[in-house]
Amino acid sequence: MAGIKADVIRGGVQTPQRHDSGHKHVAGAAAYADDLVEPQGLLHVCLGLSSHAHARLKKVDLDPVRRAEGVHLVLTAADIPGVNDISPTHLHDEPILAEDEVHYAGQPIFAVAAETREQARFAARLAAIDYEPLPAVLSYEEARAAGKLVTEPMTLARGDAKAALEKAPRRLAGQMNLGGQEHFYLESQIALAYPGEDDEVTVICSTQHPTEIQTMVAGALGVPANAVTSQVRRMGGAFGGKETQGNLFAAVAALVAKKTGRAAKLRPDRDDDMVITGKRHDFLIDYEVGFDDEGRILAVDMNYAARCGWSADLSGPVTDRTLFHADNCYYFPEVRLTSEPLRTNTCSHTAFRGFGGPQGMVGGERVIEEIAFALGKDPLEIRKLNLYGPGRDITPYHQQVEDNIAPEIIAKLEADCDYAKRREEIRQFNKASPVIKRGIALTPVKFGISFTLTAYNQAGALVHIYRDGSVHLNHGGTEMGQGLYTKVAQVVAEAFQVDIDKVKITATSTGKVPNTSATAASSGSDINGMAALNACTAIKARLVDFAAENWEVPREQVEFLPGRVRVGNQEVDFPDFVNAAYMARVSLSSTGFYKTPKIHWDRAAGKGRPFYYYSYGAAATEVAVDTLTGEYRVVRVDILHDVGESLNPALDIGQIEGGFVQGMGWLTTEELWWDDKGQLRTHAPSTYKIPACGDRPRIFNVDLVQDSPNREETIFRSKAVGEPPLMLAISVLQALSDAIASVADYRLCPRLDAPATPERVLMTVERLQREAAELEGKVA
Amino acid sequence: MRGEIRFLLDDAPRRLTQFDPTMTVLDYLRQTEQLTGTKEGCNEGDCGACTVVLAKPENGRLRYQAVNACIQFLGTLDGCQLITVEHLAKEGRLHPVQQAMVDLHGSQCGFCTPGFVMSLFAMTRDHEVAPDEATIDDVLAGNLCRCTGYAPIARAAKSAYDLNPRADSFAAGEAATLEKLEALRDDETIALGGAGGRRFFAPATLDDLAALYEEHPEATLSAGSTDVGLWVTKQMQRPATLIYTGRVAELARIEETAGAVEIGAGATYSAALALLARHYPDMGEVIRRIGSVQIRNTGTIGGNIANGSPIGDSPPLLIAAGASLQLRKGSVRRSLPLEDFFLDYGKQDRAPGELVERVTLPLPEAGSIFRAYKISKRFDQDITAALGVFNLKIEGGVVAAARIAYGGMAATPKRAARAEAALLGQPWNEATVARAMAALEDDFQPLTDWRASAAYRMKVAQNLLRRCFIETTAPDSATRLAGAALEELGRVAG
Ligand SMILES: Cc1cc2nc3c(=O)[nH]c(=O)nc-3n(C[C@H](O)[C@H](O)[C@H](O)COP(=O)(O)OP(=O)(O)OC[C@H]3O[C@@H](n4cnc5c(N)ncnc54)[C@H](O)[C@@H]3O)c2cc1C
Ligand code: FES
Ligand code: FES
Repeated sequence: MAGIKADVIRGGVQTPQRHDSGHKHVAGAAAYADDLVEPQGLLHVCLGLSSHAHARLKKVDLDPVRRAEGVHLVLTAADIPGVNDISPTHLHDEPILAEDEVHYAGQPIFAVAAETREQARFAARLAAIDYEPLPAVLSYEEARAAGKLVTEPMTLARGDAKAALEKAPRRLAGQMNLGGQEHFYLESQIALAYPGEDDEVTVICSTQHPTEIQTMVAGALGVPANAVTSQVRRMGGAFGGKETQGNLFAAVAALVAKKTGRAAKLRPDRDDDMVITGKRHDFLIDYEVGFDDEGRILAVDMNYAARCGWSADLSGPVTDRTLFHADNCYYFPEVRLTSEPLRTNTCSHTAFRGFGGPQGMVGGERVIEEIAFALGKDPLEIRKLNLYGPGRDITPYHQQVEDNIAPEIIAKLEADCDYAKRREEIRQFNKASPVIKRGIALTPVKFGISFTLTAYNQAGALVHIYRDGSVHLNHGGTEMGQGLYTKVAQVVAEAFQVDIDKVKITATSTGKVPNTSATAASSGSDINGMAALNACTAIKARLVDFAAENWEVPREQVEFLPGRVRVGNQEVDFPDFVNAAYMARVSLSSTGFYKTPKIHWDRAAGKGRPFYYYSYGAAATEVAVDTLTGEYRVVRVDILHDVGESLNPALDIGQIEGGFVQGMGWLTTEELWWDDKGQLRTHAPSTYKIPACGDRPRIFNVDLVQDSPNREETIFRSKAVGEPPLMLAISVLQALSDAIASVADYRLCPRLDAPATPERVLMTVERLQREAAELEGKVA
Repeated sequence: MRGEIRFLLDDAPRRLTQFDPTMTVLDYLRQTEQLTGTKEGCNEGDCGACTVVLAKPENGRLRYQAVNACIQFLGTLDGCQLITVEHLAKEGRLHPVQQAMVDLHGSQCGFCTPGFVMSLFAMTRDHEVAPDEATIDDVLAGNLCRCTGYAPIARAAKSAYDLNPRADSFAAGEAATLEKLEALRDDETIALGGAGGRRFFAPATLDDLAALYEEHPEATLSAGSTDVGLWVTKQMQRPATLIYTGRVAELARIEETAGAVEIGAGATYSAALALLARHYPDMGEVIRRIGSVQIRNTGTIGGNIANGSPIGDSPPLLIAAGASLQLRKGSVRRSLPLEDFFLDYGKQDRAPGELVERVTLPLPEAGSIFRAYKISKRFDQDITAALGVFNLKIEGGVVAAARIAYGGMAATPKRAARAEAALLGQPWNEATVARAMAALEDDFQPLTDWRASAAYRMKVAQNLLRRCFIETTAPDSATRLAGAALEELGRVAG
């Protein structure tokens, strides 16, 4: 028995436990897929890409590639033994390698495997491909004219929006252009495949979705799923970009490995990665709103058109989630929302933190802004007027909002950050400052938590205790930096009352926990934490039974204390206790399973409860804009965000700060630019500008909402945090808009589109000045 | 002639006699040394995941500099100590900058982290006490993080100073390391053959360099390789002969003479920054925004000029200031006004085998106005969309002299002759400025690309002249969002 007894364990839930790999990250000791010791004879693979956005492949001469130095294998669609398809929604519209037509510039046509990565990269350039160019569909107009959707659109409707619009005392309509976003995970896509016996193959891949990698690899090889093991310890960032986008690389690496009998690694160069893989969808949003003289919304009609790219990928659920978030925190009494997932000859857009939700919300916030300018009011006033509330709590998808805390969050943040006073002071400043104009905006977030495909809301875990009391933890969630592994380990440490360093975190593997869902939709700790807890609970139940029997005490007298177990009036150290259980032939291993309760969704009817609960937050942002150049700075940001009872406040604040800055990048400097041939010209960090250190808000106050447990029974009453904070950055766009509005004395809605690059800001300033002058002319 | 390169990998001596001349330090570390802590995020100098630190003898001390391993060629390590993220922790204890990053949750996915750690380590060599926020932004401008939003990293940068980060094993071993590195130094030209007959040369004297280049006019010169490196990693060019200029001390010299600054073509931005900023504060500010610390530590002004890009930042700065360029082929030297060097897109007045030797920059005339403004999508580490540089002399309210140069507006860095003419001899007032702004439309027909549209480039080019006018006539109006102006905005907001 130990001398000193701890009162609390190290690293339990609701503590600011550090990231489990932090000490390895800083020392360069955390191994990513490309850092693993390379097996002997490893082949390096490079993809040969289409240079045309849309063309028929007349002749593909790969002999020069085959003859190049170091080349072992050239792989084309014809060499795929299974199915040449990696469509994640099983629409069979996404060949691994192009067959006789290419549908976007950058589409992989062949793969080459060579002794070195350099040789493979050189060889890939040698292909002689004869294209017969076909018309490329790039713009919204072209896509509409071509009339192809990648998937079924969705409509959400309640009441009769059309009639209500007709009747509304005031009514306005407009349009917004909203750009997409490159994930720019720092670690690019990578897959490493090891051939096994018979039909077996193991794939180590930077993926958020090991099970899908397994499924796709099995499909491509034409083998059953049980022949394929997919594994990932950590990713160097993902953000949704590794939910489906790893499938291509894994499938090709596995094909090469099985064809050659040698291990194969496919790590695209950054530029190839950016050209090949899908991004956040861009949208063209048409809105019409009816409201009363005070600014209360009466009816909303919006269409969200997205350029989805050449295949469906996840565009269906993404554009659905867009519609689910058009309302943000606001009640739309009569509403009609439609999606329009257009097919274009560009890369196939995909999941990205928020999964379409942010785009929905940006559109909704534009509507609020329009009403405010139409009435000459502060947009915040319009926001508050339209919040969900008692008797006004049904969403456009007929789910009742039961846990609304947006009003309280907004009120607290508004007071804490001195919003009203600063807003007034800014208006005074702007009067006296001809060039630099300041702006401020406070915007809220309400984000629905759960996969809208109900089946995905399940998770599994596997927990072992060894005889020395050390614990082995595995679950279906993946670690991309968000700290999921740490949080789930905290849950297990808490359950057994052992220090967190007794819990060994292990790589996610389809061989350990099968049929997993993607680590996505912010659901990671909600569902995997619960699954792990259930596994612990199962083991604990056996241990309690054993103790009660062995020491002949009632079950209630068995209690897990920090590092030990109280049995009756004695205390047994955890390792001794566990070993005693082993000796008594008690199973010390269990799987755990969880499925989210209460949710259901009928897409065709547009009705149900797609979300288990909502996460809330609000941000107040102040900016300064140079009206001669369009340059700007985010000067100050105050955030109040709801994570329920935080499992780990340090990690949660990290998600909020990081999510905010990522959202800010999306809406400001991150611009994807395709030329008129459909070539993406911003395909590297030299041309695609994510926020740098100097772009961070210098004053950046982040608080968690206190004493606000999740009303639903989530893991220790916490809330999901991965995605929602990204949308706090909508306040940046709105603050820029507020600053710009000053040049027309706040009489006109700037209708600032995104990304609000310095160019777009300056052009909006200029347009507004012109419009103001015209207005002046009319009045005079 | 010396047939090997010699350097220290942390404390361990390395001698290499055969290698691919364009092998990068990053590939060498990850593939040959199996040191995989240093990451590849972009392979083009823009993300900083590959940041390593080089220590070099300088004035009897060691100078520690962060560089991008992905675009540094292996041969450039000669005479240096190469320090990677694996080398910071000693005897099982994390270095203070590492510990601070762990304690303050400075890593999430961790992929960028080794690079940040190395930039922070280099920062602790340059800064005795915790730097201010602006300096931290500058130190870390070349390190991208997609996860954290930088806030915790900036906090770690400060709090590392609570852990005495400068009293580390490197400080303790500095004298011994210096001695080892001094012993590696010589004046021999390094000449190595690589695979496929490709050759690497690194002369140590200017005469040897000039002679060698005359003898091998087909060779690719490489100074900081912040351009050449990308030709290798992205365009897959494999020059048959590479001549590295970085060992030539005379080429890197910066001298202040009566009325002028002489900048050797091999002088890095980092080396030139302080002096140029003293004489031309705005030039300093633009140079501070060229690339990042890592880029400025190796990138040279000579390379920027020789590269001839229409969006290079130093040419417009230097042209407006009235600089001249000295070229040298073998032993023959010639001089020309810098603006005459740029003939057309991708074409400069430089003969095969002819070196850029130095730039002569006149000091500002008393009473003259020098303003330079760089416009890019992102403030830090971004390539220019448009750069306007204004060197004016206003006498008795009249424009007595005007040299105006722009970058990003034409196929070459170019003076705005018509705008200058519209100003000369005219009163420095709204009306004149408006005419000069209009004249810019005759001077330039900019292009549309992913950095900016033609319309924006023109509009902003015109407005930059207006900004210059406002700054000189209404100095109390805020016109900038950088430097002290930003601090003031923060003060007001906070
Ligand atoms: C991430 C990144 C950011 C950058 N940001 C900026 C920026 O903001 N602004 C900007 O202007 N540039 C920028 N650059 C470009 C680059 O840093 C500059 O052009 C740099 O000054 C080139 O110098 P270098 O010493 O690296 O040249 P190198 O790459 O070594 O050489 C460049 C060219 O000059 C030739 N050369 C070098 N020395 C001589 C000589 N003595 N005589 C004759 N020819 C010579 C070389 O042969 C080659 O053609 C950036 C580059 C990177 C990678
Ligand atoms: S890998 Fe990105 S800077 Fe070197
Ligand atoms: S921690 Fe992931 S990129 Fe910085």
